[in-house]
Amino acid sequence: MTSLRRGPRLSERRPTAVAGGRPRVRFAANAALAVIGLCFVLPLGWLLLASVDPHAGYQTRWPQSPSLANFAAVLTPDLLFQPLVNSFLLSAGTAVVNLAAAVLAAYPLSRYQSRFNKPFLYAILFGTSLPVTAIMVPVYGLFVQLQLLDSMPATIFFMATTTLPMAIWMTKNFMDSVPLELEEAAWMDGASGLATLRRIVVPLMRQGLGVVFIFVFIQAWGNFFVPFILLLSTAKQPAAVSVFSFFGQHGAIAYGELAAFSILYSVPVLILYTVVARGSGSAFALSGAMKG
Amino acid sequence: MPVPDSPDRGSLRRWFRLLPVVPSILLLVLFMLAPVAWSFYASFTDAALSGRAALNPQWIGLDNYVRMLTDSVFPLSAWLTVVFVGASAILGQNALGLVIALLMTKSGGATASLVGTAVVAAWVLPEIVAAFAAYAYFSQDGTLNQLLGMFGVHGANWLYAFPLAAIILANVWRGTAFSMLVYRAALSQVPRDVSEAALMDGARGWQRLAFITLPIIRGSIATNLMLITLQTLAVFTLIWVMTAGGPSNASTTLPVLAYQEAFKLGDIGYGTAIASVLILIGMVFGTVYVRLFRRVNP
Repeated sequence: MTSLRRGPRLSERRPTAVAGGRPRVRFAANAALAVIGLCFVLPLGWLLLASVDPHAGYQTRWPQSPSLANFAAVLTPDLLFQPLVNSFLLSAGTAVVNLAAAVLAAYPLSRYQSRFNKPFLYAILFGTSLPVTAIMVPVYGLFVQLQLLDSMPATIFFMATTTLPMAIWMTKNFMDSVPLELEEAAWMDGASGLATLRRIVVPLMRQGLGVVFIFVFIQAWGNFFVPFILLLSTAKQPAAVSVFSFFGQHGAIAYGELAAFSILYSVPVLILYTVVARGSGSAFALSGAMKG
Repeated sequence: MPVPDSPDRGSLRRWFRLLPVVPSILLLVLFMLAPVAWSFYASFTDAALSGRAALNPQWIGLDNYVRMLTDSVFPLSAWLTVVFVGASAILGQNALGLVIALLMTKSGGATASLVGTAVVAAWVLPEIVAAFAAYAYFSQDGTLNQLLGMFGVHGANWLYAFPLAAIILANVWRGTAFSMLVYRAALSQVPRDVSEAALMDGARGWQRLAFITLPIIRGSIATNLMLITLQTLAVFTLIWVMTAGGPSNASTTLPVLAYQEAFKLGDIGYGTAIASVLILIGMVFGTVYVRLFRRVNP
């Protein structure tokens, strides 16, 4: 489904991979991994089977009359398209705000020595550890006071802020690896700092910025709690929240449609993750996040 | 850095250069610092979702915190949170992630990438979808009981009989990928000749692991433990969908309790008090994390 092609390449590069080890060890490791992998796939089995079963329940079974009826049933503007458009606006908006703020902030942190840098970076690192769920109660209170409830832009700015510390951290690390020489040449020619940032640094760190963008986008796309609390009207709710429309008012749950909808809603992030993982390896993304 | 200027112009310029950081600082102050500050303030009031106290909250001092200690639900909830984080993050995700990463160094490349995909899939899925899948898996006539039925075992109604165990397992399923990725990256940095030298000296597999590999990656272990603890501390959706904290608070961790008090019962004051406790715990962990980081990257 996702990064099938990434594995072998990575292991070739890996210095420790004791080329497979001894046959018996290797067989045992393969068997143990297969069992673990099966355990991880099992809970997803229901999702896949129920989505093609018009009479699905919470039981996992081969559909008696497999069909795409569930998918056909959810392919309506109200059920699928509007929520997905909302999800997209929310996630893309969050990622754009996030990236713009992060690139601007990372530039002086990466390029100029200042007494302000270290404390700020540590504060940012500290900020990554605040539990976002805990802030939701006060954020709701704040949004009520400022009359920002049910406002898409306000929700976007809030979501961008929750991932901003991580984004600044990653962006600064990626920017550190862009060599200074080219910029110095531009400075000599009289270009201002921001002009060099836009014309030289940003193009050179496209790949890293792509990773940050997708990273933030995936998190925003999958986020349920924040829009659940902050967006009230159905017309603005993203797919993560609108999915509850399959839990009928009379207690009847449309399991098959729920599964079909869940799959359609998950596909974009699976694709995006594959793009990041294949392009550069998620180890690359992690290194941006974790190194100093 | 370009040419130094005269002292005062230079310092002005230095401040001017920091200007691009301002948008980020504004966002962080408005949407992160302000809610945290408001949370601490509101936790000393009787703020409510509706009614008189919604318009005009009164200062009630430490009442909410006293209530926390005398109330029977909060200590239970704090304990459940400790068990949930300990069992699903520190034991479950961390150990399983390390085991998978270690096995991958011994296994074939195709198996490693297939299993890696399966583990990561549970992690990349939107949280609400993962929560539904976990709910279906553990429900009365769900996959788990069907599997047990194949072996002639009549399974329990897990979400009612063992709600805490169910959400712990679900969170291990959901979150192990992160630890696995961290440890795969860490293990790939372990120099090959070190463990080969130990092999020459006749060190057994577990000895190499305990005395060579683990000490080399201890920085990653510490960082990973901090991060997954914080992530697990904040888990809400998984629990809310699977058990909603029930039955009778048997799986109400602190984020779920804060939500219930604030939004279900309308007691914003008490809800923010619980949230403040969570934020404080996060701050303690954050401080440890920053110190740890400074020691590794001086």
